[in-house]
Amino acid sequence: MSLYDQPQRILLPVKVGYMVLTLVLALLFNLLPWRDLTGLPDMVALVLTFWCVHQPRRIGIGIAWFVGLVMDAGDGALLGQHAFAYAFLAFAAVSLHRRILWFSPWRQAAHVLVLLLASQMLMLAVRIVAGGAFPGLAYFAGTFIAAALWPIASFLLLLPQRRPESVDENRPI
Amino acid sequence: MDYQPPPFFSRGPAPLVRLAFFVCLAVLLMVLDARFRYAESLRQVIALLAYPLQRVALAPGELFGATAGFFTTQVSLKQENEQLKAKQLLAANELLTLEALRSENAQLRRLLQARERLPRESTLAEILYQGRDPFSRKVIIDKGRQQGIQPGQAVIDDIGVVGQVTRVYPLLSEVTLITDKEQRTPVQVVRNGLRAILYGGGDRGTLELTYMATNADVLADDVLVTSGIDGIYPPGLPVAKVSRIEQDAAYSFAKITCVPTAGTDQNRQVLVLSQEMNLPAAPVEAESVAGKLPKQKRVKKRE
Repeated sequence: MSLYDQPQRILLPVKVGYMVLTLVLALLFNLLPWRDLTGLPDMVALVLTFWCVHQPRRIGIGIAWFVGLVMDAGDGALLGQHAFAYAFLAFAAVSLHRRILWFSPWRQAAHVLVLLLASQMLMLAVRIVAGGAFPGLAYFAGTFIAAALWPIASFLLLLPQRRPESVDENRPI
Repeated sequence: MDYQPPPFFSRGPAPLVRLAFFVCLAVLLMVLDARFRYAESLRQVIALLAYPLQRVALAPGELFGATAGFFTTQVSLKQENEQLKAKQLLAANELLTLEALRSENAQLRRLLQARERLPRESTLAEILYQGRDPFSRKVIIDKGRQQGIQPGQAVIDDIGVVGQVTRVYPLLSEVTLITDKEQRTPVQVVRNGLRAILYGGGDRGTLELTYMATNADVLADDVLVTSGIDGIYPPGLPVAKVSRIEQDAAYSFAKITCVPTAGTDQNRQVLVLSQEMNLPAAPVEAESVAGKLPKQKRVKKRE
């Protein structure tokens, strides 16, 4: 099943304000005080990947880097750790955006899983070099959940760009 | 005449170049933060950006807490009241002995002409949440610079040392628990006064007494208290209890595992102690100034 096997919708142009809003909401989700739970998905990484895949001309490595910096300050992590990982994530997502969109949502999720795991590994490597302890395999659980959320996230995030279906005899599409 | 592509094709520098630039910037920041602590002011500025988000993120939890508190039943309040009364009776007895011991102690100290320890000021704070960073063991408390919290202050609960304030924001501060892998606490064994440094054990929630000789006089169930020689922790606060000792002659140091006394993972209310600043200055600087002359002489002699 690929892009041309099924009918595609023509989407409205994205609003920059909506992109900013989703990023802020993702940051809010990540900063919620339920940090005792391990295996929470990193929503910021997921939303960043989504926009880098769908709107690579509006968002890119620089914005991802800055959002990562905000995450670092909010988390009290090593300053630059998330920035580093998110910059890499954005680069990979922007370079792969043409390929990823060819696949069905679940196959896209498989691509995204690899990207998120790679950025998570980068963060782990950085922290171990800086003298941190290995936090256990539960650390990666959130990545799998985030990748599993990709189809839902891509449906929800594209929702404002869809227009109501109106059948018009005089309009070809 | 050179031909330029129309401007709507230009997309700025290549992605790889951008990635290299931002990765370099991030690595620079990480090195500055981890090795030199220069990035603190930048962190404060970015933390200001993240602060409203943090407050909003905390709001649902606070609202839930307030609502739950409102609906606490009268029965549970009554029960708690009775329990507290019984506890108070028990405590009153000990308090009387404590008073006597305190006056006796004060007199003995005066006799020894020991420097009288000032009663420290303390701030009651509440733990808001645990740090999200899975690599370290930190908690965020609801008092910050505006309430007079300073980095380095000791944090205790009702039974022992919890940790130390490591970073202060305007209205919040970050406390590193004694179980953090990077945290060190100077301690003393109560039984024989042996001084040692207690290392955090990281993820396991335990502590380790490192660099103790294999034949060091430490036994299981020994209580470790703060030694107070660091000038940060007041002396005599319980920190940990020795749980296991592995003495292997093949290694020069014994592996001593301890469990923290304080509920580092349970309590919500903690006490932040103000720092005692009336220690005499460390004599290191004077020595290094004085040590310059003989050093130069020695070099000349070798020539």
